[in-house]
Amino acid sequence: MLRHTNYLTKRYDEPKGYEIGPYERDGGYEQAKRALGMTREALIDEMKAANIRGRGGAGFPMGVKWSFMPWPPKPEKPHYLVINADEGEPGTFKDRTIMERNPHAVVEGCIIGCFGIGAHTAYIYVRDELHLSKDRLWAAIAEAKAKGYLGKKPFGIDYEVEVYVHTGAGAYICGEETSLLNSLEGKRGEPRLKPPFPAQAGAFGMPSTVNNLETIAVVPTALAMGGEAFSKLSDLHHLKDGGARLFGVSGHVKNPGVFEACVGVTLRDLIYEYGGGVAGGELLAVIPGGSSCPILRADDKVDAPNEKSPLHPYHGKSVLDVPLGVDTFRALGTMLGTCCAIVLSDKVDPVLAFHNLMRFYRFESCGQCTPCREGSAWLFRILDRMAKNEATLDELDRLSEIADNIMGNTICAFGEGTAMPALGFLQKFRKEFEQHIKTRGKSSTGRLALGAPGPAGASAAGAKS
Amino acid sequence: MTSFALTSEREKQLEEILARYPNRQAATIPVLHLCQEQNGWISDEIMEWVASRLDVSSAHVKGVVTFYTLFNKEPVGRHQVWVCRTLSCALNGAEGVLHHCEKRLGVHAGETTPDGKITLRTAECLAACGNAPMMQVDREYHERLTLPEVDAILDRLLQD
Repeated sequence: MLRHTNYLTKRYDEPKGYEIGPYERDGGYEQAKRALGMTREALIDEMKAANIRGRGGAGFPMGVKWSFMPWPPKPEKPHYLVINADEGEPGTFKDRTIMERNPHAVVEGCIIGCFGIGAHTAYIYVRDELHLSKDRLWAAIAEAKAKGYLGKKPFGIDYEVEVYVHTGAGAYICGEETSLLNSLEGKRGEPRLKPPFPAQAGAFGMPSTVNNLETIAVVPTALAMGGEAFSKLSDLHHLKDGGARLFGVSGHVKNPGVFEACVGVTLRDLIYEYGGGVAGGELLAVIPGGSSCPILRADDKVDAPNEKSPLHPYHGKSVLDVPLGVDTFRALGTMLGTCCAIVLSDKVDPVLAFHNLMRFYRFESCGQCTPCREGSAWLFRILDRMAKNEATLDELDRLSEIADNIMGNTICAFGEGTAMPALGFLQKFRKEFEQHIKTRGKSSTGRLALGAPGPAGASAAGAKS
Repeated sequence: MTSFALTSEREKQLEEILARYPNRQAATIPVLHLCQEQNGWISDEIMEWVASRLDVSSAHVKGVVTFYTLFNKEPVGRHQVWVCRTLSCALNGAEGVLHHCEKRLGVHAGETTPDGKITLRTAECLAACGNAPMMQVDREYHERLTLPEVDAILDRLLQD
């Protein structure tokens, strides 16, 4: 069910709502001050009860992750909090809105997070292209410092916290947590083997926690409400998937954008209620949470006769009516990812959509593991032939073989992130792809865009600017 | 030794950067950004300079520079234009935006105009999907673009 909230987005439209004044007017920094007076156990219990599932895509419970840190911290092994704001998953554009319009929530979350994991330093890793985000974060850090909320004695309490912004230099892979740590250390952003996990040996070889930016930004809200109350905002509280979060929708909708709501929003809410409906045609398919999540077709139905399945309550219904949750979408055979959906109208050529995404993965593969480096390039080459109407039916099967051989054979999840959407497209659009090859492209629309370049929804009735 | 040197203002920034990390190597990427801001691109000479300032090998610095797409390995135009072409932008006409820029500037993606003013490039997802199509011009994002808006932006850059 779509229930809008504004914990993170309240000051989004307020001029200078990103400054410390408006943030404190709304109760900002009270929770950081309170947290520094709590015991670590009490703080982590609240966070566990809040059931904040990581907002970066993997959906790991944040409170549990914090509890993995060795305790007590050893003086010779300082802990680090690292915030992942390397937002670059195609379709995802939510973290940027927080950094630009509510940066103090991030800084306050960092203070609480540092205390929770026993760290005195937090690094916010922002992709370099987001210049305004970096400027706003640095300004927020300076404001908090001037007020005495950061530094040697935040709020006069003897627990030093420093927050720094670190920038990448253009590499999608640095959103992978171990690759991000290498990049933070000044190295090539190539993922590390796990174990050791960051909680044992992370930034600079020290125990570290890596949290997504939205995850840390929602911490003050969860603490203010109390963990359990926050979790219960969600329709999926019983699945330990709590609270409210940001959702995004882009592609062929009349009103693309980011909004905040309680967990429990469905794709139908996202596309038709918030998104204003499909622009320029009927719904063909939707990629639920960033491009690595396998695609769902508009006519897909939920098949979950088993009563133990988290999907059972939706058995027989359209996939568009399943609440967006970590476990519900995993059970659907796709992923929740970042909750930012890409909508494809029926005027789109699915071959070109597939081709577009595989070009992305080929470009962004870091090249460390052979199956991913060669596989992503091979997938793209075949799709390029398909887009040019030169591919054969054998090559369609080869796509599946290549994707299968990437799965599970790489150091990091980028391999799966490439293979899973590829296999998803092949499974859902097999018939269309075969037709495309047999008719040399005559069966397809041969395009991605609906008309002249410009926002697809701009000319549609009811679209907001 | 190299003859490259940062301006005194940037030299101060470099010291601030070093203070953020437990070792000097961690400053590699931020310091390379400082150098590129000053010089426009990262030359072999700059790589040598960064290596000696941070007590790391020049092989390390070269490895970093070649890994990340935003470090320019050769001189670029005074302005840089990146057209995002990943799916959400493509669904809203990114290819059209790119072709339009190529035609207007008389260069292909990846090239610089003969007068050295503009380098045109494609970018993979710039996290602005809700405001597609978009392009980045130097430090700024331009979103929800139409072709007349693209023209206005390019005109401004060409007159600069």
